[in-house]
Order: sequence, then C-alpha cells, then structure tokens
Amino acid sequence: MDVIIDFISLVLKLAVPLTLAALAGTLSERSGVINIGLEGTMLMGAFFAAVGAGLSGNPWVGVLFALLIGVMMGLLHAFFCLTLHGHQVVIGVAVNLFATGITPLLTRLVWNREGASDTLPSIAAVSVPLLKDIPVIGKLFTNQPPFVFITLFIFIVLFIFMKRTKYGLRLRMIGDHPTGAQTQGINVKKYKYFAVMVSGSIAALGGAYLSIAHSNVFVLNMVAGRGFMGMAANIFGGWTIGGSALASLFFAAVQSTRYYLIGSPIPDQFVLMIPYVATLIILTAFSRNSRSPEGLGKI
Amino acid sequence: MEYAIEMRGITKRFGAVTANDNIDFLVKPQEIHCLLGENGSGKTTLMNILFGIYTMDEGQIKVNGQPVHIRSPRDASRLGIGMVHQHFMLFNQNTVLENIILGDERVPFFLDYEKSRKEVQSLLDRYEFHIDLDEKICNLSVGMKQRVEILKVLYRGAEIIIFDEPTSVLTPQESDILLGMIQNLREQGKTVVFISHKLGETMTIGDSMTVLRKGAAVANVLREETSVHDLARHMVGKEVETSLEREEVEPGECVFELADVPIWEHRKSCNLRVHEYEILGIAGVDGNGQMELEESIIGLRDHRQGHQYLLGEEITHEPTLLRKLKGMAHIPSDRHKYGILPNETLCRNYLLGNQEREEFKSHGLIRTQRLDRFSEEMIEKYNVYTSGIEQTSGSLSGGNQQKLVLSRELSQSPKFILAAQPTVGLDIGAIEFVHRTLLQKREEGCAILLISADLSEVMALSDRIAVMYEGEIVAVGDSSEFTRDELGLMMAGHLGGAS
Amino acid sequence: MSIKKFFRRFSFDSLASSLISLLLSFVIGGLLIWAIGTNPFQAYYLIGVGAVGTMKNLANTLASSIPLIFAGLAVAVSSKAGLLNLGVEGQLYMGAMAATLCGLYLPATNRFILLIAIMIASMLGGMLWALIPGVLKAKFGTHEVIVAIMLNYVAELFTTYLIIVPFREHGSTVNQTAEIPKAARLSKLFPRTQLTTAFILAVIVAIIVWFLLRRTTLGFKISAVGGNRDAARAGGINPTAYVIIAMLISGAIASFAGTTEVVGKYFRFRENFSPGFGFTGLAVAVLARNNPFGVIATSILFGGLSTGCLYMSRITGISGHMSNVIQSIIILLVSAPRLFEIIKGSRKRT
Repeated sequence: MDVIIDFISLVLKLAVPLTLAALAGTLSERSGVINIGLEGTMLMGAFFAAVGAGLSGNPWVGVLFALLIGVMMGLLHAFFCLTLHGHQVVIGVAVNLFATGITPLLTRLVWNREGASDTLPSIAAVSVPLLKDIPVIGKLFTNQPPFVFITLFIFIVLFIFMKRTKYGLRLRMIGDHPTGAQTQGINVKKYKYFAVMVSGSIAALGGAYLSIAHSNVFVLNMVAGRGFMGMAANIFGGWTIGGSALASLFFAAVQSTRYYLIGSPIPDQFVLMIPYVATLIILTAFSRNSRSPEGLGKI
Repeated sequence: MEYAIEMRGITKRFGAVTANDNIDFLVKPQEIHCLLGENGSGKTTLMNILFGIYTMDEGQIKVNGQPVHIRSPRDASRLGIGMVHQHFMLFNQNTVLENIILGDERVPFFLDYEKSRKEVQSLLDRYEFHIDLDEKICNLSVGMKQRVEILKVLYRGAEIIIFDEPTSVLTPQESDILLGMIQNLREQGKTVVFISHKLGETMTIGDSMTVLRKGAAVANVLREETSVHDLARHMVGKEVETSLEREEVEPGECVFELADVPIWEHRKSCNLRVHEYEILGIAGVDGNGQMELEESIIGLRDHRQGHQYLLGEEITHEPTLLRKLKGMAHIPSDRHKYGILPNETLCRNYLLGNQEREEFKSHGLIRTQRLDRFSEEMIEKYNVYTSGIEQTSGSLSGGNQQKLVLSRELSQSPKFILAAQPTVGLDIGAIEFVHRTLLQKREEGCAILLISADLSEVMALSDRIAVMYEGEIVAVGDSSEFTRDELGLMMAGHLGGAS
Repeated sequence: MSIKKFFRRFSFDSLASSLISLLLSFVIGGLLIWAIGTNPFQAYYLIGVGAVGTMKNLANTLASSIPLIFAGLAVAVSSKAGLLNLGVEGQLYMGAMAATLCGLYLPATNRFILLIAIMIASMLGGMLWALIPGVLKAKFGTHEVIVAIMLNYVAELFTTYLIIVPFREHGSTVNQTAEIPKAARLSKLFPRTQLTTAFILAVIVAIIVWFLLRRTTLGFKISAVGGNRDAARAGGINPTAYVIIAMLISGAIASFAGTTEVVGKYFRFRENFSPGFGFTGLAVAVLARNNPFGVIATSILFGGLSTGCLYMSRITGISGHMSNVIQSIIILLVSAPRLFEIIKGSRKRT
C-alpha cells in the first residue's frame, strides 16, 4: 500500500509543472493563440522566483515575482502576435530564445556566478490538518509541497471558469471563430490578451515550482522541455481543462518510472529520454482523436 | 418625417478605391427597404458602416432622428440595429442556445442556462419559430442556421434588422419561407433592410428600394413607382442583354463520363455524360454536392465505387496530374483555394498544373524563357490587367485572377473543361467575358461541364441541364425541356417538376 | 535572368524594414546593457572589435557563421514548403554523429572519398531524423512542432549515450569521441583560425538552394505546396510527398551544421557541442525572409554577434549569452509585419 501511496506522491510532484504548463497551454490555445513560448516563460518564472526568494529571503516573494514576470511574458507574446501580427510559432521561439539568453546574463549579474544561483530559501512542504490523519491516504496530505494544492486550486478555478461562466464560454467560442465573436460585440483581442497573460503567469508559476519548491537553486535551462511537454499534454487532452490535467498526470506517471530505473543497468541517457519518447508515442497514438480550436493561430 | 435610419453623404475609401461615394440612404420605420446592387457596388460596405464594422471617412448617421456615432457592432446593437450576415457567424461546436446568448448572457459572471432558455423560448413562441435549442449548430440545415442568426438578432431586441443577401444560400422554397418570416417581422413592428441583387424577390417583398451602382446611390424609389426592368437598368446602368448569342451545333462523341459514382455516401450514385460541342449545366443550390462532384472529377477524391472515363480511357483512379495531361481543364469554384498561388509571380502561376509539360520543363529545370513568353502571351490574349509578369497573383483583382486561371486552364487545348462557379464574385464585364469564352470553346468542340448555383447562368449557357440535390443527380434533360420554375422546384427536392 | 529583372524581383521595402528592425534591436539591446550597468557604446565597441577588429577575428566570425548558414538554409527550405523545421538541432546531432563514426572507422586511404562518405553519412543521419516528424504528420496527423522538439531532446541524449558508452575516447575525462584522422578534416582557409573550406561549402549549398527554389520544377512544387496547399493539389502536386521531400532536403542541409563543426573545428564529437544552432537557424531564416543569400548575410551578422559578445564578456561583466538576447529581439521585431505599418502610419498622420 505504501508503495502505491509513494508512487502517487511522486506522480503529483512531477505533475505540478506539467499540469501548470498544460493548463497554461489550454487557456492560451482555447483563445486561439499558439504559445510555444511557454517553455521560455517557465524559465523566466523559475529565474525570477529565485531572484525574489533570494533577495527577500522569503520564497513566497519569489512566487509573486514569478507571477508578475509571467504576466509580462504573456503580454509580450500577445503584443507581438495579436497587435503586430507576428507568426505565432516564430514569436514563441523568440520568447524561448530570449529567456535562454537573458537568464544566464542576469544570473551572472545577480549572483556573480555562471550556470546556477546560490542556494535559495525554498517553500517547505505542508501537511493538511485533519486530512493528514486519515489512514493510508492521509499520507497524500502529509509533507506535500503546497504547490500540489495550488495547482489543484488553479485547475478547479479554470475548470469552472471555462465551463460555467460567461467569460469562459466567450473564450471558448473566440478560439473557434474569432470573427463570429467579434460580430457579437465581443472585444476579441481583449479576451485573447487576457488569456495569454494569465496563461503566462500560470506557466511562470510552474517554473517557480522548479527553482524554489522542487529544489532550492536556479540552474540554467532547468525547465528542460517541460513547457513543450505541457503543450503536448494539452493536445493529448483535447484542448480541455480536464483533459489537460489528466494528460499531465498520465505523463507524470510515465516519467516517474525513471525514478524506479535509477541504478538499473539501463544507461542514464535512455532513462532521461523516457519523458520525451513517451510524449512522442502518446501524441502519435492519440492525436487523430482530438479536435483543435478551429481558429488556432489565426489573428 | 422621422426616419428609422438616416445616412447622409456616406463616403468610404479603401486605398485608391472609393467603395461608397457620398451615399444617402433613408429608411422609414416599419418598412421593408431593399438595398439593391451588383456584387461590388458597395452594399455590404454601406451596411458594415451602419453596423459599426467599418468606420466611414465622411458623412453622418441618424437613428430614429438622433445623430449617432457607431464605432462597433456593440454600439449598433445598443441602438437596436441587428444584422443577419450572409456568411453565418455561428459556432459549430456549440448549441443553438449558446450561440444565441453569446455576447449578451445577461448574467454578471456565472451562466444561467435555465433563465436564458426561458427568454429564448418566449421569442420562439412569439415569432413561431421551431428549433431545438440544445442541438449543435453543425447538425443543422442551412435554413435552420439562418433562423438561429435571426433569433440572435431578435434576442438582442433589435428593432432594425439588416439581412445581407439572405436568400443566396437557400432553395427557392426555403427562400419563400424566409420572405414570409420577414414580412411577419414587419407586421410585428420591426424595420427591415433587405440587401439583394435579385430583382424578383426585391419586387415581391420590398416597400421601397435604394439602388447602388459603383459605390453611388443611383435611385431611391417606392415599389409602386418601379418595375423589374427599371431596377435592372439602374443596377447595371444600361439595358441588360438577356440572351447570349449561341450557335447551334450538333453534339459529337462522348468525351467525359461519370458512371455510378456515389458523390455523397449512402446516396444514389451519379451518372453523367458530356459530349463534344456541348455544355452540360449542373443546376443546384450551393452545398448539394457540387463541391464533391468537382473534387471527384478533378481527382482529389478517391471513390471506392464507380468509374470515370475521359476520351474512352478509364481514369477512375488516375491522379489529378494525369487527368490534366490527358486534356482536362479545371476552372475551380473557389479560385483562392484551388486556383492560384497568391504569393508567387504570374509566371509561376502559369506554371501551376503545367509543371510536368515538356514545353516548360527540361531535365528538371524550368524553361524560364518559354514560360515568360507564354505568360506574356496569355496576359495579352486574355487582357489580364497587370503591371507585368513579375506581379504576384494575390495582388490582382478578382476578375483578373479569374482571367489568369481561365487563360492557364484553356491554353493547353483541353478536350474537357470543368467550369465550376466560373463567375462567382465577378463584375458584369468579367462575367460576359467568361461566358463568351466558354461558348467559344464549345464551338471549337470542347465538352464543357458547367457547375453553377446561378440558375440564369446555367439556363443561358447549357445545351443540357442536370439538377443536383443532396448529392444526387435528380434530373437530366435538354435545356429546352425545363422551365425555370420546374428547375427551381427540383433544386428544392420536389421531384417531377410542377406540383 | 538579367540584372534588371533581379532588381525588379528584389523588394527594397523588405530590405529596408529588415535593416530598421536590426537597428531597433541593437538599440533595445543597448538599453538592456545600459540597464544592467554597462556602457552600451563601450559594449558595442567591444563586440565590434571582437567580431571584425582583426583579420583573425573576422575569420573566426566567418567560421562561426558556418553552422548558422546551414541551419538557416535548412529552416528556409522547410518554410518554403509551409512547415517550420524546429528539429534542426536534433538533425544536426544525428548527422554529425553519423559523420564522426564514418571518420573514425572508415579507412583513411583516399581523402576525397572519405570526405564524400562523411558528407553522405551526415546527410543520411539528418534526413532520417527529419523524416520522422514528416511521416508522423502525414500518417497520424501528429503536431509536427512538438514532435520535432521532442526529437531534439532524444537526439541529444542518444548521441550523448553513444559518446559516453560505446564510442568514448579511451582515458578521456571529458565526454567525447577520439579524434578523427587528418584525412577526414577540412583544410583551413586561414592559418590559426577556425575558418575552413566549410565556409565555401556553405556558400555553394546556398547557391544550390537558391537555384533549386527558383529554377527547378522540384523547387516550384515545394513552394507551390507551401504557398497554397489546395491549389498545388488541384495543379497535380501531391502535397504530402513534397512536404516530406522538403523536410528531407532540410534535414540533409541541417546535418552539415553539425558535421562541419566536427570535421572543421573539433575533429571529434563533443557532448552538447551545439549551443542551439537549430533555433538560431530559425532566427536567421526569419530575418533573411527565407532568401538563401539573405541567410548568408544574416548568419555572418549573427556569427559576428556571438564572437563579438564572447570577446566582450571577457572584458566586461556581461555574459556571452547577450548574443542570444539580441538575436531574440531581432526575431521579434523582424517577424512582426505590422510594426512597420504602424511606424509608417504614424509618420503619415503627423
């Protein structure tokens, strides 16, 4: 039993950044904006969370920093895609390149070191009162990073927002047919800006998790494709909030096998390859069934 | 006298083109006012200004006597103006109810489907509409989709409703129902602006008419004061020549045959034969399988059943390229989709479809000099208005793009021409040119299959006519055998002609 | 084609807007440098010295433009077919690995034949890796962007495995293969620089790409598919086939970005030797608007930027990654078509 609970615990920890990236991807793409810049946005989130935590000594200040930079990165992406009509994939690549360029530059500036930050104060794990006392599954609520609960909370909010509110309904419809929404007097651009900016802050939060919760140091390129994997999970999940979250959990479960293979005769590189290959296989096997927003990538 | 809509001195320019030139447009309350004009005469631009999609360069607008500034569809909506668009602005994956309430949900944050449903239902009752509010849009017929569009406008409490060419996508019978609904709206106190280029329906329904020609208002008349002939003269500026000159020629051998090909799955298979010296016209309302027929003949769809023959040879499974090399020409219904490479030069557009011909290719290289010479000849012969063969085809006007496609497709002395909607979106001069070219090719001995949603065009050009309805050929015969009414009924699925 | 016609085809407007974008990017980059406490004029001066200050620096600038030219051409060819090849990074690793193994294990009797074999192996490696996203897209409709990116990671890890386990140099503390024999190395154009004949190869490949796209029916079919897929189909061109062919060509060219680094610079396969040439190649292609000669010019610019930034970083406290930042700003500004309409529009109004 404990083995299973440990497994679930591990999956949840791995799922946090993926889920946040996938939810960010869904939000952005449902509004019709392709956002492969999420990878870079996560990196920026990880870095600025480190800066905030490092400077103030309080990791929650880092979270705040991450949210802010996420909104700014979203704004940047939205401005170049929506107002200046750039090619959305190209802009995404530029955002990623910018993040991989600016973070080492600033790392050197802030910590006067190459490659990584100093050790940072990180967010301590928490136990949920009452729930932690439940036999067996209580362990799931013991010593968990608060990010697990934050992610759950964001998921629930987004789920209700998309399904049950008028703004969610509008956003979904905008992604399918922006001109149609425009003729209904909806300010399409405003919604897209909103979606991309919120998407950015959620992705950055995922990055913050990596530097100040999952570990206690910012390392160059520490996002390592999780943003892209989140995008893949979003596609696999059929561009829905629920689907994205489930797909992320699935991806995380596959990734977790990696921890059980440490010390096995399989070479490290192949173990490290698992998440990428798994993403490839899953996407290939299931992409026929999913339907992308009809207005994706159009302005 | 207070007008419901009073637009005065409206001018709108797009670059060098003046789409609306000092137009006065006046609509009285509770009338059906028709706005008439050919494609490109500025009707849609004028209405888009009224609806807040475009901003005008000059002029002023009053609604119910009050001067207004309409900056967005939202403003228009607030003033009680609603628009039923020609191209439906509907969301295929959402339900009828969601489509109706979108943008006017009447809740602060959380949706309340029950309350919305009650409100919409009361509208349904009042105007006697019948529609399932929980059906997804993608499962509805065209007529039903249009009803959703009207409901959207009514739901927003519009008092002035603009219909943009509403009958262009409907069968004659569906059109009649729609016209009835529109009259009902007027009786309930609404003011209606009805945009059209069809004279018949205008005279049936309109209380008064404004006619636009080349961006200017050329007439503003009451129905009692005018006639179909008068309106036609205003619209085109000269007496319309109603008939094209066509030589009588005897059809020859069968050139193209379609045998037992199911155009729509689970429907009866289609059979067609087109002969030398003959135009076979396919009449039908848009969306009844014309697109599929076109794609099937050109080789873009592979059917498991049936056979196709060109000049006696079976071509059922031959790819597009071989069909073209064997003498098939294709004037596509959607030239932007199937006809041109918008970012390439005219030369390279002339190469499209001819890229494997010896004339333009040697050892894998393009014979540029020949291609340039050929392009220049074609531009000259078909009078394509362009700055030169290095211009991109995307920057040509619609009529010139069609001339480009026409000259390219007809240049390789085809035996069989598939001409699909060859005059859609063209001005009168270009339409005449296309018609004359097709007739000339017929006299030279080509077999021509003409697919057109414009019944008049089919009747004017064809030797024989086939009627298409829901993916099936429901009737074939000499064009003299059918009257216009009979064809209209068959296009609407009423078999056997007269009722 | 006559000179006159060449100039008619050539759009000065797009050249002008590219140049303005560049200038603007340098201004923004300068502001950034200033914001982190360095004098931007001094920084740019140092970048300039590092890039073209001496013959040796200039030669190294040209040398560092070589992989960028190949990567840029690879992206340009794929975008002509309407697909963005984001998998250049993986393709260049796979190609370079195939080439390295050829260099290590084929007999070095005839230098010419050996080099040809290396080039062919390289192309095959790159083509294989480029084929995967193309085929998955065609057969299963898989999202090609994500697939290509995942394949980049797989290629990087796979080649790392190869140089750590089966092909590791004996007794080396670094993860790398043994050196390839002299016969398998390209000759230097300038002594004591890294500029090799690979630069000439890059220019030749650019000319071939230009010729392919402008003058051959194959190139016409590729650009027809990229320009309007449906019209190409109706014109008798099979879009899937030509997208895959374009991807193969792109992969072959991409592989040279890695292979020329191996046979011209390191003489062995080193772990993670590419600092993201693939994505820089995208930037190059975007700035050059997919014009092969534009790719050469842009690559030299970017090459100069990176050698210059490296030089600057040794003197000031700014990291050499500054070149990535400036490059990303360049992509942003160049790929935003509306920017110049807005600039022009505001000029009209005032």
